[in-house]
Amino acid sequence: MNNFIELTNISKHYGEKVVLERMATQVAKGEFVTLVGASGCGKSTFLKLLLGTEVASSGAITIEGQLIEKEPSSERGIVFQKYSVFPHLNVRQNVALGIEFERSVGLGRLFGAKRKDAIETANGWLEAVGLSASAELYPHELSGGMQQRLALAQALVKKPKILLLDEPFGALDPGIRKDMHELVLKLWQENQLTVFMVTHDLREGFHLGSRLWVFDKRRYDPHAPDRFGSTITFDLPLNAQDATKNQQDLEAISSELLAMHAT
Amino acid sequence: MQRLINRTPSRPLSIALSIIPFILILLAYQIGSDMRKAENEQDKLLPSFTEIASAIDRMALEPSKRSGEYLLWRDTQSSLSRLVKGVSIAAFIGLIVGVAAGAIPLIAAPLNPLITAVSLIPPLAILPVLFIVFGLGELSKIMLIVLGVSPFIVRDILQRTQELPREQIVKAQTLGGNSWQIILRVILPQILPRLIDAVRLSLGTAWLFLIAAEAIASTDGLGYRIFLVRRYMSMDIILPYVAWITLLAFATDWLLLQLSRFIYPWYHTEK
Repeated sequence: MNNFIELTNISKHYGEKVVLERMATQVAKGEFVTLVGASGCGKSTFLKLLLGTEVASSGAITIEGQLIEKEPSSERGIVFQKYSVFPHLNVRQNVALGIEFERSVGLGRLFGAKRKDAIETANGWLEAVGLSASAELYPHELSGGMQQRLALAQALVKKPKILLLDEPFGALDPGIRKDMHELVLKLWQENQLTVFMVTHDLREGFHLGSRLWVFDKRRYDPHAPDRFGSTITFDLPLNAQDATKNQQDLEAISSELLAMHAT
Repeated sequence: MQRLINRTPSRPLSIALSIIPFILILLAYQIGSDMRKAENEQDKLLPSFTEIASAIDRMALEPSKRSGEYLLWRDTQSSLSRLVKGVSIAAFIGLIVGVAAGAIPLIAAPLNPLITAVSLIPPLAILPVLFIVFGLGELSKIMLIVLGVSPFIVRDILQRTQELPREQIVKAQTLGGNSWQIILRVILPQILPRLIDAVRLSLGTAWLFLIAAEAIASTDGLGYRIFLVRRYMSMDIILPYVAWITLLAFATDWLLLQLSRFIYPWYHTEK
């Protein structure tokens, strides 16, 4: 199933300002797509289109042949750089919330045996992200890395068809970021997720992705910089085995990006 | 020599410094009182501390000759009851309207201009209307507090609701929450500590309207008493009453803060 997600001629503009134009591609189930590019290149806008907080000006996005909903839904999980977790709930309640929403339509709150069941499931996911020992803590008592682990567990409880990560590790220290990379790769493989991740860090993109998209403008008019939008200028399959090739590609792309923005 | 802007008082010094202004005011009062008393034994404008103490004794610790009630406590009870009722109703209105309008744009659209208009009406200007409509009893006094305070609370809560990070609301949607569930489990619990903040901020205004209403039409209450004894120039009663009101206002504020810290520890450590 190569066309799990299909983009047909997507473009997005705000008034006169064109952000994205003519994006067309397919993504297979289980791919880990990393989105890189200079700031303002439209990679975050594209993630919002997938998420449903923005709607494409033209074109269509389908998942398994179905047009995506025009508002966020449980099909698509998200982890933002921050504010992804709820400060008034403890770690376990944060994870259980997704289950409670699903099984208690009126109150969004479970009691008795159903609650026990939800807590059981939540505990499983806390174990998977390594937060079992912190289940009773509140988010403000957690470090940045632990908060992002929690945000991941929260999203995965819903078994989303695609998982969206919006610079999830951008605010973390390098050492912690490395641990988080391992965790994300582990979760990706164990749960056969389809992931889209926006990142500033080209190396991170290469390290994590099975496929790398570089967003940039193909055409640029210096007198009207908003006239043309970005699109995917490189669509690179990454192979975890072939480290040397990846390294060459990485160098090629970074020099290309540098050259483009120097002019 | 350290710059002045970098010099902070140590803890004992800072406590001492904070008491000094109060002592100075009391001292200035004492001197002023003595000077006036030296000129005229019967002076009522700046009663001596002994006179004030005996007034407190009369109002708080001895039953009134006419009604047999302890007037200060009776006044306090009436006033606090009006204040609590008025502020509670205003807080309830503020919470419901503020959260509804803050969370649901379709409700905000018709309400926003209305709230702005209502909040611009000077509540005291419609006090006669309240007296006509609700009579001279308790209801009109409570309604004055409600009218005076709720527009502020509504607007504050509306704004706090809209200030909740958009990311959280989006996240809740990706967890499958519908509008009602998100209001109930994500927005409302986070707004409650902010409601306590709004109530604390509005207490001063609430006292203002309470005393105004009591001054105009009442038979008891702290505001009523102050305006009643003004006729006899009884500064010895007015001054302790004002101090007592200040103390009550301070205590309510402090209690609300402690309550908020106790119920919502995550809110206070977050900031």
